[in-house]
Amino acid sequence: MTTPKSLFEKVWEAHAVRTLANGQTQLLIGTHLIHEVTSPQAFGMLRDLGLKVAMPHRTFATVDHIVPTDQLVEPYRDPLAQAMMDELRRNCAEFGITFFDRATGKQGIVHIVGPEQGITQPGTTIACGDSHTSTHGAFGAVAFGIGTTQIRDVLATQTMALGRLKVRRINVNGRLRPGVYAKDVILHIIRVLGVNGGTGFAYEYGGEVFDRFSMEERMTVCNMSIEGGARAGYVNPDQTTFAYLKGRPYSPSGAAWEEAVIRWKSFASDPGCHYDDVVTIDAASIAPTVTWGINPGQGISIDERVPDPTQAKAVDERTSIEEALAYMKLRPGTPIKGTRIDVAFLGSCTNGRLSDFQEVARFLKGRRVAPGVKAIAVPGSQIVALQCEKLGLDRIFADAGFEWRAAGCSMCLAMNPDKLVGDQLCASSSNRNFKGRQGSPTGRTVLMSPLMVAAAAVTGAVADAREVFAVNQN
Amino acid sequence: MALAKIPSVTGRAVNVPGNDIDTDRIIPARFMKCVTFDGLGEFLFHDVRKNDDGSDKPHPLNEPRFKGATILLSGANFGCGSSREHAPQAIQKYGFRAIIAENFAEIFFGNCTTLGIPCATAARSDIARVAAAVEANPATEVVLDVAAQEVRFGGQRIVVEVRATARDALVHGRWDAIGELLDGLPAVQSRARALPYLAA
Ligand code: SF4
Repeated sequence: MTTPKSLFEKVWEAHAVRTLANGQTQLLIGTHLIHEVTSPQAFGMLRDLGLKVAMPHRTFATVDHIVPTDQLVEPYRDPLAQAMMDELRRNCAEFGITFFDRATGKQGIVHIVGPEQGITQPGTTIACGDSHTSTHGAFGAVAFGIGTTQIRDVLATQTMALGRLKVRRINVNGRLRPGVYAKDVILHIIRVLGVNGGTGFAYEYGGEVFDRFSMEERMTVCNMSIEGGARAGYVNPDQTTFAYLKGRPYSPSGAAWEEAVIRWKSFASDPGCHYDDVVTIDAASIAPTVTWGINPGQGISIDERVPDPTQAKAVDERTSIEEALAYMKLRPGTPIKGTRIDVAFLGSCTNGRLSDFQEVARFLKGRRVAPGVKAIAVPGSQIVALQCEKLGLDRIFADAGFEWRAAGCSMCLAMNPDKLVGDQLCASSSNRNFKGRQGSPTGRTVLMSPLMVAAAAVTGAVADAREVFAVNQN
Repeated sequence: MALAKIPSVTGRAVNVPGNDIDTDRIIPARFMKCVTFDGLGEFLFHDVRKNDDGSDKPHPLNEPRFKGATILLSGANFGCGSSREHAPQAIQKYGFRAIIAENFAEIFFGNCTTLGIPCATAARSDIARVAAAVEANPATEVVLDVAAQEVRFGGQRIVVEVRATARDALVHGRWDAIGELLDGLPAVQSRARALPYLAA
């Protein structure tokens, strides 16, 4: 009998090359995903050192952060954005890297493209110069966000130096109530465990809720692992995973498919394996959750009131509540429900996939965005856009008063023309509500599930989607 | 590649108080549209330092008496948020050589170490002592002794922690892993052959 192991341990051991002098591991990175924002400096360092890309066939590029979602033709209005685009093209051509450029029809947010193409596979290691690389863990991969210097390392050696993480198993058991989504699950987890509760850990998500979740729901949760401080987050691969991957462009086919499935299954955590920590959450206790503050851990259920700093248990907590409320221009102890919004944003690598738009469209049909609210729906990839358009979802969004845009990161962050103005408040399906995140130094973000964004859009205020759309009766 | 050994950092310090200072605060995303890191330093903490019209807001880094400080003091969970190296790069390009905070976000910590920026953690009350000394006399010489895990300033001393792997890397000039990683390439190739998904 071999000792039972977690998926993390198995993947780690399969990819550990050797132990370095500082005790870290030289870890083989099977798949390297790159985008225009964090890679150019790394290529520059590579050139300075006279090095080549070690495994160009395991390096894949896309462009997402800077692309305008309302302009397809180049040159882009912003010359800096165009320069980054040109630089990525040049680097990919020079080093022989596959680039899912807009002309391929496969462009999109890197964390949507990888899974969509079947590049993201169980039992693999993935790195990308982007914090939300944890998304790919939904497939039972160990996926890390890395910095530019590490991108250089992975380009040059297909490895990086890394200390081993501990593993925390997070069980979510029971059933989610109607109107409660994967986004609420992760906002709840972060609220409970804190924004740095996951430091030093990889999160293994499991339990009945995850067993039932689709791949897209699993991705939503894994995506925000980093917002809870966990460098990586994953779900063990199962039939749902294999069914998703079958027939994708980079998935194995024919006899290789059967072999791959057997291998992938073998990576799943063994029963009785060791976890450094275990947390169990009752699904029924999770409500539609929204943030009220300036980090993703500052969340409350839609029925709650924003905290009152005078009730804080510690000075620290008091200061951070005060700072957040002042920035958000919210009064202590008031209900979050009813807070006026200016902008509604549907999209991002957290919630910019087909099922997100399908679910919203189901309820949005026949409704109208409230007067004065700017609402945009931004598919996470060109393929998602096409799928939505084939189903006529774009028309449902447009009829409701949403602008239907081209694929990109859009208003998730301030690197393209989609930005908040002044202190606008945005109901957003993205993953970060940091000060200034959405492009205006005083812009305000309230994170929530896509359906809650739709509810806010049609009522003009933070609202309970279950009431607005009579979700219980559906 | 021979890298500098960083057993200690000596210089003046400045306190930028607050918890959860995230990477978007350190360098707002709109300044990251660049293909090189040069020039990021001037935008460090931009939105908390500058008004929309370009005039200064009250911020420690805007105070002339703290100009030239090379050691940054701060609170808990410093550097949370994005994995982008623009934040530590902006800190380094601005002129900082070390950071002392209650604790650091994981990715940020790793990114700093790789740039040769020691990140030392200390108790809040101890950081407050350094901050008070610097406040009273900005010219106070502060020594972050990475090897000894202590900070000396104005005749006082506090205990800090520099995580063992980072400490070892800094002290021995191994903070940038590339040399060692390149040495391992033959082993990488053989490891890769055992993994079917890596076949060309
Ligand atoms: S959608 Fe947002 S979080 Fe995701 S990769 Fe783009 S900018 Fe980053």
